[in-house]
Amino acid sequence: MSDLPLRSQLAVALGRTAARMSRLAGRGDGSVIGGRVGLALDPELLTRLARDRKLVLVSATNGKTTTTRLITSAMTPLGEVATNAFGANMPTGHVSALASAPDARYGVLECDEKYVPMVLGETGANVVALMNLSRDQMDRAAEIWLLAGKWRRALEGAPHSHVVANCDDPLVTWGASTAKSVTWVAAGQHWLEDSWCCPECGGPLDREGQDWRCRQCAFARPRPDWVLQGDVVTAPDGRAYSLAGLSLPGRANRSNAAIALAVVAQFGVPPEQALPLLAQVKSVAGRYTTVEHQGRQIRLLLSKNPAGWLEAFDVLQPAPGPVALSINAQGPDGRDTSWLWDVDYRILRGRPVWVTGERRIDLAVRLEAADVSFTVVDDIEQAVMAVPPGHLDVIANYTAFQNIRARYGRVV
Amino acid sequence: MSSDRLKIVWIYPDLLSTYGDQGNTIILERRTALRGIPYETVQVRSDEPVPVDGHIYLLGGGEDRPQILAAQRLRNDGGLYRAAERGAVIFAVCAGYQLLGTQFGGEEGQPVQGLGLLDISSGRGEQRAVGEIVGDVAPELNVPRITGFENHQGVTRLGPNARPLARVVHGVGNGDGYEGAYAGRIIGTYMHGPALVRNPGLADLLLRWAIGRDLPPIDDSWAGRLREERLNAVLSS
Repeated sequence: MSDLPLRSQLAVALGRTAARMSRLAGRGDGSVIGGRVGLALDPELLTRLARDRKLVLVSATNGKTTTTRLITSAMTPLGEVATNAFGANMPTGHVSALASAPDARYGVLECDEKYVPMVLGETGANVVALMNLSRDQMDRAAEIWLLAGKWRRALEGAPHSHVVANCDDPLVTWGASTAKSVTWVAAGQHWLEDSWCCPECGGPLDREGQDWRCRQCAFARPRPDWVLQGDVVTAPDGRAYSLAGLSLPGRANRSNAAIALAVVAQFGVPPEQALPLLAQVKSVAGRYTTVEHQGRQIRLLLSKNPAGWLEAFDVLQPAPGPVALSINAQGPDGRDTSWLWDVDYRILRGRPVWVTGERRIDLAVRLEAADVSFTVVDDIEQAVMAVPPGHLDVIANYTAFQNIRARYGRVV
Repeated sequence: MSSDRLKIVWIYPDLLSTYGDQGNTIILERRTALRGIPYETVQVRSDEPVPVDGHIYLLGGGEDRPQILAAQRLRNDGGLYRAAERGAVIFAVCAGYQLLGTQFGGEEGQPVQGLGLLDISSGRGEQRAVGEIVGDVAPELNVPRITGFENHQGVTRLGPNARPLARVVHGVGNGDGYEGAYAGRIIGTYMHGPALVRNPGLADLLLRWAIGRDLPPIDDSWAGRLREERLNAVLSS
């Protein structure tokens, strides 16, 4: 840090001041504004801050924040780790994360899918973890085939970066396969609707169990180095480790944990050392948190897109446990609610279902078409008070989730 | 309808299904079932032949590359042409709409040959059109104002054998003040994804064409509330 040129040191200092003022003004954690100020003064600040550190980039459509947290936790034996724990996953957030931990020799950075090429270019990250790609907020996100193509070009130009990628996701596999060295993790794929066609040639993909191959060209699932099956991960040396002790629920988090194990192994942290550290992560930026309110235990689940809903359904209390759903369509959510029609809500039949959020009528029409009984309420509090004391699962998309979290206490 | 069972064919969900396109199938199934009419739905992947005996064919949206692949495979397959000759109803949104035309813009904007089932030609516009779209439907179709969400960069010109589906009240549509196109029983629209959800009148038009008679009304209160909310959100601002 002290090796930084004077201009960069000034950029870091002013960025920190801006972040602090933003926090004091109650406008979030300040990492975006801080990074913006820093980058404005020194456009190469990210590159300078990344120098002499060992960095991991983590990207995917779903699970970025959680996996970043898991990897960070498992890397603590190595020393201080810089990380953008609050989901500020663009270069401004990366600058803030690195600037606020000047002595950290390691960094784990969650990275927006679109920014992977740029951030990889600027940081020369040692390891890039790529987990899944699926349809998400199409009114502002890039089309995913295009996105995977950009990953390919970026990784081709980064021969010193090692990739850890989920080989059960054909599009991720294609996006990662230009990298010079890859650790393939069979981390599972449950949302299949975006991978019926070969990303290489457009031909049909044939599947047999988790295995897949193109019927027309040579593109096929690589042989995995790590394999997740149920809640057991098998390492490249054949040793098996149970993930049953994870605190985070569901198969999506077992998948995130498998990726995390493969990433930290690159830095010499063995699974037996990493596992207890993964188990320490109990909630991530409010996700999976259970809050207590008026005798109700409300568990908050964040789902932003169809693949994410599939994973949220996977961790619901068994039927007829009550569920509240809240949907907004503000900028960060995507203004378009069409994706509701890609979610199979029939799994909610037979449960009491409450519906709220700014776009509750969209959801009502969707549930009606799925023959799911529901009650529309004006806000989450009405749903909470309508269920008998006990457990309530709440699934919400991004800004709806933030609203609910703010209401019932921010537990990080 | 030539048989007693309405056959809905969803064309190429492996290529043309990016964002809620399944909704159109679900809405048609529901509106058919509520009228007590038996139906079946067939999903046709792009490596399978398109059946020619369907009554309603649905085509969804897609990225550039899948759109080109879908157009090639549909041309080679020929099934959709034969279905159209038999008078089948075709409803296509976004990328599906464009590929029904004579040509559309490819990945680099290069012209790609379409199916020629609609007399339209599409290219790539300067700006992406993203947002709510509202249009007043051609009066002869007798369908209430349409409301939807568009997300495309296409500009579409209609030839003499296609008529605009609607006049744009809000949004972009084809780029010339009109939105979508139709000819006979083929309709295309830039309203993407589940376009029929907010437009039960349009869904019933497709069903009327396919079934050949008027259909009894059904309870559309939720869809009605959604229409009202969306139209107010756009038109009052």
